[in-house]
Amino acid sequence: MDMQELIAPFARIIEDICTPSAIRAVEAGGDAAPMWQAFDDSGFLDALVSEDLGGAGVSLADAAPLIVLLGHHAVPLPVGDTLIARALLTASGARAPAGPIAIATGAGATPFADVAAHTLLGSPQAPILASGDDPVNGGQALRPIGAVLRALLISGASARVMDMTVAYANARNQFGKPIGKQQAVQQQLAILAEQAVAARIAAAIGVRSGLPPHLADAAIAKHGASVAAAQVAAIAHAVHGAIGISEEYDLHLLTRRLHEWRLADGSEGYWAGLLGERRMAAAAVSTADYIRAG
Amino acid sequence: MFDALSLSALPPEDEALRPALRTLIAGAIADLPLHRRARSWQGFDAAFSRKLGQAGYLGLSLPKEYGGIGRGPFTRFVVVEELLSAGAPVAGHWIADRQSGPLILHYGTEEQRRFYLPRISRGEALFCIGMSEPGSGSDLASVRSRADLQKDGSWLLNGQKIWTTNAMHSDYMIALVRTSGTNEDRQSGLSQVIVDLTLPGITIRPIVDLTGDAHFAEVFFDDVRLTPDALIGEEGQGWRQVTAELAFERSGPERIYSSVVLIDAWVRHLDAAGRKDSATLRLVGTLTAQLAVLREMSLAVTARLVEGESPVVEASLMKDIGTGFEQAVPQLIGDDLASNPDEPVDAELYRTLLYVTHIAPSFSLRGGTREILRGIIARGLGLR
Ligand SMILES: Cc1cc2nc3c(=O)[nH]c(=O)nc-3n(C[C@H](O)[C@H](O)[C@H](O)COP(=O)(O)OP(=O)(O)OC[C@H]3O[C@@H](n4cnc5c(N)ncnc54)[C@H](O)[C@@H]3O)c2cc1C
Repeated sequence: MDMQELIAPFARIIEDICTPSAIRAVEAGGDAAPMWQAFDDSGFLDALVSEDLGGAGVSLADAAPLIVLLGHHAVPLPVGDTLIARALLTASGARAPAGPIAIATGAGATPFADVAAHTLLGSPQAPILASGDDPVNGGQALRPIGAVLRALLISGASARVMDMTVAYANARNQFGKPIGKQQAVQQQLAILAEQAVAARIAAAIGVRSGLPPHLADAAIAKHGASVAAAQVAAIAHAVHGAIGISEEYDLHLLTRRLHEWRLADGSEGYWAGLLGERRMAAAAVSTADYIRAG
Repeated sequence: MFDALSLSALPPEDEALRPALRTLIAGAIADLPLHRRARSWQGFDAAFSRKLGQAGYLGLSLPKEYGGIGRGPFTRFVVVEELLSAGAPVAGHWIADRQSGPLILHYGTEEQRRFYLPRISRGEALFCIGMSEPGSGSDLASVRSRADLQKDGSWLLNGQKIWTTNAMHSDYMIALVRTSGTNEDRQSGLSQVIVDLTLPGITIRPIVDLTGDAHFAEVFFDDVRLTPDALIGEEGQGWRQVTAELAFERSGPERIYSSVVLIDAWVRHLDAAGRKDSATLRLVGTLTAQLAVLREMSLAVTARLVEGESPVVEASLMKDIGTGFEQAVPQLIGDDLASNPDEPVDAELYRTLLYVTHIAPSFSLRGGTREILRGIIARGLGLR
């Protein structure tokens, strides 16, 4: 399947239905059903389901740009989670339900739990579907998948925040010229750009081993994306000044998610610990060889 | 923005170079203590450089007709990664292989190519870069060294260069000099010339650095006569050429691996000490994860070079984030070791830590400072 042919229509759907006001309405507890219906009608939700089970049979790496777009547009529903949940459920012989599915990978906050009809627990090979409002502890078996998913979303949101912040710096005048002409501001934006690129490359490492990802790849992906998320959000807000923290301005639609996704499915510290443990188990190997082995 | 940077795999034929190269490197470093291996960039060993040349690991991106290997930036990536990761002395051939060779190939005359490139590929013509001057560091367009065209077609060179890595060991310098106009003309009127460092009128004075090494130097030109063929590229096009050259200088794996000998030694230390607490594991994981992402970023920039582009902004982005990592390493590892004061640390590891700690400020200076690179990135973002 040619992904370029998929990406453009998917982007159009998101732009049509996930406008800033629609996002705010869903976040305020409004009816998310029409937005969900539009995603369901698009057919994209079965992109990762294998072809013999009625899906498009796309690989995680090929579907990654779609998930990045969700982050880019701050989509307020678990579309990426559902893409993956449907693939895992159908592969295990179960049927995927119609509504939005969140993926829970621990006892902490689960992204999109408020707007999901179901929660996926268990393991990649034996997924379990839970419904209802009871708090769940997803356990760690799905955590690498959650980590890679969150890394992709972070990379999309970071790129958008970079674009918004650069545009703002070119438009906002102080001291008689755009603030983006101030070297101190330029230096901050350069760091933002570095981190946005690092997040994208980190997320790409996460998808290269497929579904489920290798543990080390997931660790590298989520570590890099989480580190970037915090820095990107901080610099973006600093450059935007007071307007950036107002409810009315759209920046927070992205930066709030950057922070939530950074903390979901294990932060940078969690994944660093896990990767460190594996690295030490191979202490005789050089670092370059270790990271190359992937 | 920067969408052109994406994951890219090394070709199998380049990966295949590793085992034989490793054997050759192992022989060269067998007797080097850790603190010498940590000096990799600065380690000068002409015999080893020639050996690499003979074995076909230099002139990697130069065509075979000029004595090169006819491969490209990916091949060089593999070779550099192996050399730095092992801590091999690369200073001898480093600059010629990375910058001077490609520059001569690109802008040189046919005679210049035939004269220099085969010797570069054999590790027999060692080059240094004469850009900086006492008054021209970040503001490179302000160079004052001058080469004036004489009636007979030769050039008369006067001026001074500084911080020239390995000038005292090199055969040639490629110098950025003013060939026309005045300092007020900034970028225009600059040219690159190849200076044979054995010519009369040249004085080279090594500069000792804070670690006690003398790896760079001051170079004085006093009425040095250059033959007509010293000019490389076009008169007045020096700035454009230098900018393209800096993309080669800034993008490679050398911008992430400067501290890796220390990381590996520290990991071996932790293993021997049996230290497995969560703070330790997190730090090991942090450095591993960061290096993994940086390596992919560097590879992504290399892929742009393979495509024949001159990724000036991407290379700057890569160098800034990469050298930031390299500089964090000695700070973090130093804190780790000294946070466990009751754990014995091998004297050689400690010496290596101190060496990397003291030299680390240079990582973000050499090849263009952090602030200048961020300015280039800002321009790439459309801010200037
Ligand atoms: C180990 C090492 C090896 C080197 N090897 C070579 C070599 O082989 N050949 C060669 O030609 N040079 C070499 N250099 C020199 C190197 O390129 C220069 O050090 C570098 O370009 C900075 O110039 P400078 O040291 O004169 O600092 P300056 O230009 O004086 O800068 C000092 C500080 O001011 C900041 N600054 C200056 N201008 C600006 C500005 N417009 N905006 C914001 N900040 C600014 C800089 O970022 C820096 O932090 C080497 C340097 C080192 C450390």
